[in-house]
Amino acid sequence: MTVKRRTILKGLGATAGATALGMPAIAQGAPFKIGLMTVKTGPLAQGGIQMEQGLLTFLKEKNNTLTGRKIELVVADTGGNPAGAKTKAQELIERDKVNVILGPLAAFELLAITDYVRQNKTPLIAVAAAEDVTQRSANPFIIRPTATSGQCSHVMGEYATKELKKTRAATISEDFAFGYEQMSAFQRVFEDNGGKVVKKLWPPLVTPDYTPFIAQIPKNADCVFNGFAGSNPVKFMRSYADLGLKDRIPLLAGWTAMDDALLRSLGDEAIGVLSAAFYSAASEFESNKRLVAGLAKDYNVLSGGYAAGMYIGGQCVEAALAIAGDKSNDGTAFAEALHKVSLKDSPRGAFSVDSKGNAIGSVFIRRCERQGKDLVNKVIKTYDNVSQFWTYKEEDFLKNPVYSRDYPPAKNLE
Amino acid sequence: MSSLHLTLAVNSVAMGGLLFLLSSGFSLIFGLMRIPNLMHGSFFMLGAYIGFSMIGKGMWFWAAAIGGGIAMALLGGLIERLLLRRLAGQTLPQVLLTLGFSFMIADICLMIWTGDPFQPPTPAHLRGAWIVGDMVFPIYRLVMVLVAVVIAALLWLLVDKTRIGAMIRAGVDDPEIARAVGIKVSQLFTLIFCLGAGLAGFAGVIGAPFLSIYPGLDAEMLPLALIIVILGGSGSLLGAFVGSFIIGFLFNFGQAMFPNLAYVILFLPMVLILVLRPQGLFGKLGS
Repeated sequence: MTVKRRTILKGLGATAGATALGMPAIAQGAPFKIGLMTVKTGPLAQGGIQMEQGLLTFLKEKNNTLTGRKIELVVADTGGNPAGAKTKAQELIERDKVNVILGPLAAFELLAITDYVRQNKTPLIAVAAAEDVTQRSANPFIIRPTATSGQCSHVMGEYATKELKKTRAATISEDFAFGYEQMSAFQRVFEDNGGKVVKKLWPPLVTPDYTPFIAQIPKNADCVFNGFAGSNPVKFMRSYADLGLKDRIPLLAGWTAMDDALLRSLGDEAIGVLSAAFYSAASEFESNKRLVAGLAKDYNVLSGGYAAGMYIGGQCVEAALAIAGDKSNDGTAFAEALHKVSLKDSPRGAFSVDSKGNAIGSVFIRRCERQGKDLVNKVIKTYDNVSQFWTYKEEDFLKNPVYSRDYPPAKNLE
Repeated sequence: MSSLHLTLAVNSVAMGGLLFLLSSGFSLIFGLMRIPNLMHGSFFMLGAYIGFSMIGKGMWFWAAAIGGGIAMALLGGLIERLLLRRLAGQTLPQVLLTLGFSFMIADICLMIWTGDPFQPPTPAHLRGAWIVGDMVFPIYRLVMVLVAVVIAALLWLLVDKTRIGAMIRAGVDDPEIARAVGIKVSQLFTLIFCLGAGLAGFAGVIGAPFLSIYPGLDAEMLPLALIIVILGGSGSLLGAFVGSFIIGFLFNFGQAMFPNLAYVILFLPMVLILVLRPQGLFGKLGS
């Protein structure tokens, strides 16, 4: 196994930078400690490595100093499982005494540590999408500047019915919570707008070949919404094209299924796929240009949602440091400051944090196109100020059970 | 028979072909050397990565597939000669060694090829599909079956019709007697290990255009090879052949008909075989 934990202190570079700019050479007291929980081994490694790269790009840009305070970064590899996440969270909080945790990647990892960070009053900036962490069991120590599972899917449900005029959808996603939440959110808006979800397919997380599932998609469906994650979308889209469906039934995708970081792994089979995401590597925001350039230069990778999520996480730390000031070392005060964050420029554009801790920001509809040799997700429509509750009333939304495999019930299956 | 069933049937055969390439080597290694080679999935994945890099350098797809196979044969040979040989007859250390190597190979792959999934393009002349009425049969998958059948035939010729084959069979049946009559069983071991690793590497490249290559692929393929060999009987090529297609069908129809029970359907036959006929469908008693 690789080195599980590293402490990265770019002291020399930061000091040299500070001197060159004529800033005071003496830092204010102890450094502010960020603990990054990520995954660098196994099937989730791609997203996990991007998380680290995104955060490092941000810290490098800031010379490892935010609002005058030196930053010390501790990186922990959870291995992508709840037990590993719990162990690493304990290490970060009790041994390394970090001021804030960024990550972890997967929903079941986040759920394994939410109570623990609350007990220890350690603020956490999440990327994992589990709805209830910012809804029915909102945790005052957690914010999520990216999106809930359903946040982008609601928008795709709207776009598919209002703009594409689709009426008969099939959905397909992994058989786990992230899949259920994405698909059910799509179904709710799609059916509230008059469409019908006629088939829901749930392949297991590990599926060597998707053909048995794709073969079950009804021939008379007029769109297919998929919510695959990790490396699964690459396999799925190739089979979808190989079986001749690409030209017959348009494919719609959630943000992980068409993440920009996957574009280099995809070929012609991805062209024309429409996706809804809180981020697009092709967008023109200043900080996004810096993020994309930084990742290309230092790591030769395309920036995707996970890298952007952690870059934004870094920006949230900076903003909260400015708000909390001297009280930043107090976990409760810093968590309150995080809830007040509102950024004008981030790689996802402007966004703010709602009372439950989730971002209200733009969601982009992107079409995959070929530009020269490369594939890009070109933004074709932007929905601004999208909340995790979509257009539903917060109280009503929260009265319903959380999105699941059976909620809302699918009444139009054929 | 509906078009869904027909599509599934064709796909089952294609999947069976690929599984045969993977499991035939595993079966021979297990049958002859009694080594539960837990690196077999790693050979599959590493071969696929190497083949993918060769394709990236502009190499012809089939040449890259053979290249991936040869690279794995060499690696397998080295590991067998230098390490496994010292552990002859000791099952537990062999399991631990091959398991350790599988972790190492997985980490090295992650280091070299990063966590990004790769999917080499389907060779240009094999793209597209035959469309019959409502049904679509991807050409590449049909070609894969053809390749598997050709290789199965070659293996059968090797094992059943040649002198080396006779020695291999003797070694599978009774290694002590084979040694006593002057067969150099240890050289056979190396040969079989190279062959098995090479076939797995070759299968990795051949399978890549539709399975794609990503961290964790090794751990997905290994159990399939295990089930097939337990089902078919260790050391039996016919067993691996029949077992591969059985699993191909169970996998496809199981996932389509009873997605919640997909893994039960896959592993249940293995349990039944272990209880009712431990030597496997085509294995010999006592081997």
